[in-house]
Amino acid sequence: MAIRRGRGVAAINYPTGMNLGGDPTQALVHSTPTGNFMVTLSSVDLGQGMKQIMAQICAETIGVPTDRVVVDTADTDTGPHCMGTFASRGTHRAGNAVIQAAKEARQVMLEVAAEELEVNASDLETDGQGNIQVKGAPQKSISIFDVALSAHFKRGRSISGRGMFLIPRSYPEKETGAMKPSTCYAHACTVAEVEVDDETGEVTVLTVKNVFEIGRALNPKMVEQQLVGGSWMGISHALYETTEPYYPNRDHGGTDFNQYLMPGPGDLAETEIIVLERPSADGPFGAKGPGEMCANPQIPAVANAVFDAVGVRIDTLPITPERILRALKARAAS
Amino acid sequence: MAKVPVQFTLNGSEKAEFIESGTTLLNALRDKIGDTSPKGGCHQGTCGACSVIIDGELRLSCLTLAETCNGADIKTTAGLAEGGVLHPLQRAFLDAFATQCGFCTPGMIMAAKVLLDRTPNPSREDVVEALSGNICRCTGYEPIIQAVLVAARANSQNAA
Repeated sequence: MAIRRGRGVAAINYPTGMNLGGDPTQALVHSTPTGNFMVTLSSVDLGQGMKQIMAQICAETIGVPTDRVVVDTADTDTGPHCMGTFASRGTHRAGNAVIQAAKEARQVMLEVAAEELEVNASDLETDGQGNIQVKGAPQKSISIFDVALSAHFKRGRSISGRGMFLIPRSYPEKETGAMKPSTCYAHACTVAEVEVDDETGEVTVLTVKNVFEIGRALNPKMVEQQLVGGSWMGISHALYETTEPYYPNRDHGGTDFNQYLMPGPGDLAETEIIVLERPSADGPFGAKGPGEMCANPQIPAVANAVFDAVGVRIDTLPITPERILRALKARAAS
Repeated sequence: MAKVPVQFTLNGSEKAEFIESGTTLLNALRDKIGDTSPKGGCHQGTCGACSVIIDGELRLSCLTLAETCNGADIKTTAGLAEGGVLHPLQRAFLDAFATQCGFCTPGMIMAAKVLLDRTPNPSREDVVEALSGNICRCTGYEPIIQAVLVAARANSQNAA
C-alpha cells in the first residue's frame, strides 16, 4: 500500500453553438438623445461578462469609448430573439449580431454628421473619443453628442441598427451522414499530475497545466478568470460532482450543498493557464467560445493520470475512491 | 403569530422593526430593512453566502433568529464602503477579478474581513481556513484567495 503518482494528458476540440432548428441571435442598437448607445439583447449575462464584451464589441464597431455603451439584457419576452446563453455561443453569436447592428447604427450616425458638417458621409471617421471628423482634416469635427441631438431634435433620424446572426440548421447528407453540426472550434490541452492512495482510493490533483486556444481574447482578464474557474470545475467534475453516484439508482444522491461535493479552497491544485490566440474567421473580432470548453480537458487528463498512477481505467464519473478501490480489487482478482 | 420588536445597529445606524417571531436575520435584513447584500444560497448554513458580522463574530444570518440580535452591532458588506470609497477588500476583489456571478462575494468579503480584523498579515493557509465555510461555483477560489492576500498587504501598508 502506497501513495502512487501519475501523469495524464488530454486534448479536446470544442464547438461553439449548436445545431437544433438553426442557431439565431438578434440584437438591436440605438442611440440615446445624448449620444450614448444602447445594445438590446435577450442573451443573458450569468456572470461570465456578456455585458462587458457586448459593450466592447459595440463600442469598437461604432467608434466610441466603451463607457458610452449600455447593454440591456433585461427581458427575454420583449428583447430581440436569442437562443440563449449556453453552448459557449454568447460571445460568438451575440457578438456577430451586435457588430451588424452597430454597423448600421454607425452608418446613420455618419450620415447625420455629414449633413451637419456639409460633407460626404464616406469622408468621415470616428476618433474613438466620442467625435466624428473629416478624414485628413480632424479640425473639422463634431461630437457624437451633438450628432445625436441633431438626429433626435432637428433631422428626425433614428441612429439605430438591426443585427441578425444565424447559423442555419445543418442536415446530414443521406449517403455519407456528413454534416456541419457546429462552428468555430476552440481547442485545449491539459496535463494533470495526481497522487493516488491505493489503500484508500483517494486522489489528490497536484498540478493542472492547461493550454487553451480560444480565438482572440476580447477581454484577456475575463478570459483568464473564466479559464481558471473552469479548470477548477473540470477537476470537480472529474473527482467530486454527481447528483446520482449510483445512476440510474438515486440512492445517496446529494440533495443540498452539504451532500453535493465540490472541492473547496483547501483542495486546489496548482493551476497554470496559457492562452493561445488564433483569431477565428467567423467570430466577432476573431473570438471563439471559451465558456464550456475550459472545464473539459481536465476530466480525461485526470482519468489518464489515475491510470498512470495505479493502472486501472475508471470510465465512470466522478472518479471516486470507491470506484478506484473496486477497480483495483477486480484487477487483483483477475 | 404575534410580532416582536427588534432593535439593533446595522452598519452604524440604529434599526427598529416589528417582525414575525422566528424570522431569520437574513430575511429581516433583506425583506424588512432592505439590505440585500447578504444572499440566501442554501438557507441551511452550508454555503456561507448569508454571512454577516455580529458583535465582531462571523455569523450565518440564515441560521440566526432576528429576535436574538437585540442590541447587537451588525455589519454587512453593504456598509463597508465609506463615502463612496470602496473598502480595501472590495477594491482587491474587483482588481483580482475575484467575482463572476457575484452571489458568494458578500459572504466571502465578510469572512475575509473578520480574518483581517484579527490577523492583519495572514498566511495563505489562514485565508483558506477563513474561506472554507463559503462556497463559490465560478472562480475556482484562487482569485478570491489572492484578493484577500492583496487586501491584507494594502492594509498593512496603510497602517505603516
